[in-house]
Amino acid sequence: MLEAFLYFIQQILNGLTIGSTYALIAIGYTMVYGIIGMINFAHGEVYMIGTYVSFVVIAGLTMLGIEYVPIIILAALTIAIIVSSSFGWAIERTAYRPLRGANRLIPLISAIGMSIFLQNFVVNAQGARDVAIPPMISGGWTFGTENFQASLSYMQLIIFIATFICMSALTLFISKSRMGRACRAVAEDIKMANLLGINTNRVISATFVIGASLAAVAGLLLGLYYGVANPHIGFIAGLKAFTAAVLGGIGSIPGAMLGGIILGLTESLTAAYISSEWKDAVSFSLLVLILLFKPTGLLGKQEVEKV
Amino acid sequence: MTNKTLLNVSDLRMQFGGLVAVNGVNLRVEEGQIVSIIGPNGAGKTTVFNCLSGFYTPTSGVVEFMGEEIQKLPDFKISLKGMVRTFQHVRLFNEMTVVENLLVAQHRHSNTNLLSGLFNTPAYKKSEERAMHRARYWLDKVGLTDVANREAGNLSYGQQRRLEIARCMVTEPKLLLLDEPAAGLNPKETKDLDNLIVSLKEDYHVSVLLIEHDMNLVMGISDNIYVINQGTPLASGTPEEIKGNPDVIKAYLGEV
Ligand SMILES: Nc1ncnc2c1ncn2[C@@H]1O[C@H](COP(=O)(O)OP(=O)(O)OP(=O)(O)O)[C@@H](O)[C@H]1O
Ligand SMILES: [Mg+2]
Repeated sequence: MLEAFLYFIQQILNGLTIGSTYALIAIGYTMVYGIIGMINFAHGEVYMIGTYVSFVVIAGLTMLGIEYVPIIILAALTIAIIVSSSFGWAIERTAYRPLRGANRLIPLISAIGMSIFLQNFVVNAQGARDVAIPPMISGGWTFGTENFQASLSYMQLIIFIATFICMSALTLFISKSRMGRACRAVAEDIKMANLLGINTNRVISATFVIGASLAAVAGLLLGLYYGVANPHIGFIAGLKAFTAAVLGGIGSIPGAMLGGIILGLTESLTAAYISSEWKDAVSFSLLVLILLFKPTGLLGKQEVEKV
Repeated sequence: MTNKTLLNVSDLRMQFGGLVAVNGVNLRVEEGQIVSIIGPNGAGKTTVFNCLSGFYTPTSGVVEFMGEEIQKLPDFKISLKGMVRTFQHVRLFNEMTVVENLLVAQHRHSNTNLLSGLFNTPAYKKSEERAMHRARYWLDKVGLTDVANREAGNLSYGQQRRLEIARCMVTEPKLLLLDEPAAGLNPKETKDLDNLIVSLKEDYHVSVLLIEHDMNLVMGISDNIYVINQGTPLASGTPEEIKGNPDVIKAYLGEV
């Protein structure tokens, strides 16, 4: 009985861990959609690049003989954010901005092209095979009985805390700062925002940069958590995060957070109680079900036609 | 004339495919004047506003604002120069609060960037304070202080109209274009609006170009009136002159 409960708790912790990272990546999809009404199909690649940059920095600093883990991680975080957000910025400039006003399918195709390009770019630069880093943060707390031990690793705790900090900062930024206000105005009525003198191009760039920075954080966290990466991890993570964003209501920031957590929990509970082969099938069925009953997603608002 | 000309429109023409919506319209607004445009439904009044404010590029004609030709400028440049407008169908940021609507309108008045916001620099703080101060002032002026933190979309129609005017005023414009501000207002709200518009002129030295169907309001506050019918100018003059003009009476009676 107690074992069953501990087992359940363990699944919840695992689900929250993975769900937090989905949520971090999902923000990028939902913010871009909220502002320009399009899906950034290259966003998963930005996350993947975040992981690779983290690995390169960690490997490099380790080789230089630096051993103090917080320094290594802080350096990896900073550089991953800088590089990923530069990519996010560049994706908007090259794949979206020149096509503004074109038929919606066209930027979609150019974003898919960008995604393929970035994957191959990393394949050529870093090789197609898995790369690994030694575990940086090990240990944790275990609790339970002789028969079953549940554990919360330090790494999981770091993921929770980092996600919480990022989400709080983002919420504060969006609700209180001038740029956040401009983001909301542009999301609601871009033409009016432009008329009021808001530099809408700058707001759109900021959206891509913010989304990419959070994806970089997720890239570092998941990189440390799993310890391995390959150039294709962006595809599946991107798909999951996109699902989370749609689940929560695409365009809604709290929705992306909620969607990520729900998706992570669903996956881990399905893997534990049904079978890990079924976890994607169940997640996507959940998505279909929610969209059937609430087409705008859990926290999404009905799109009002802008005139 | 002792006054300076603020807006001078000559031979304005706007064509949509085969439809000539505005044809040879001339307008003149002197500093400190309230000038009205009246005419039956579909006369082309809103189209004139769209041409002046840069929403449409006129097919031909000259729009001079403070001595400068602006008919080719994009809308945000025109509003930056001090000609701002409201909309026949109120256009607010419905999901933002009332006060945020006024803050966001002042966005361009501050050239602080993303980073100064993140680090909360003194310059950023100061300009935010100034924006907030102006927002509160105008909320008070139009009587919306009580609902400052409500979402704009939840306001009554009359409140939304006043918020839209306040949103123009926080940008400290020289010329205010109001498109049917009294539409949908009850008599008391219309009276308040009347007072507000006069006060904008007297106390804030803003000139007003007004489109309005409420004849009492128009006749009461206008220095000058232009009548257009089916896109073409029909008459212009003081309220007294317009009231007695047989062509105007005919155009309006013909419509009813
Ligand atoms: N973008 C457009 N494309 C085509 N026709 C237009 C466009 N805008 C306005 N029109 C036409 O121009 C004419 C004048 O319209 P406008 O809205 O300017 O009239 P109005 O005087 O403001 O009328 P109301 O009093 O009903 O507001 C109408 O026939 C309208 O259908
Ligand atoms: Mg009109």
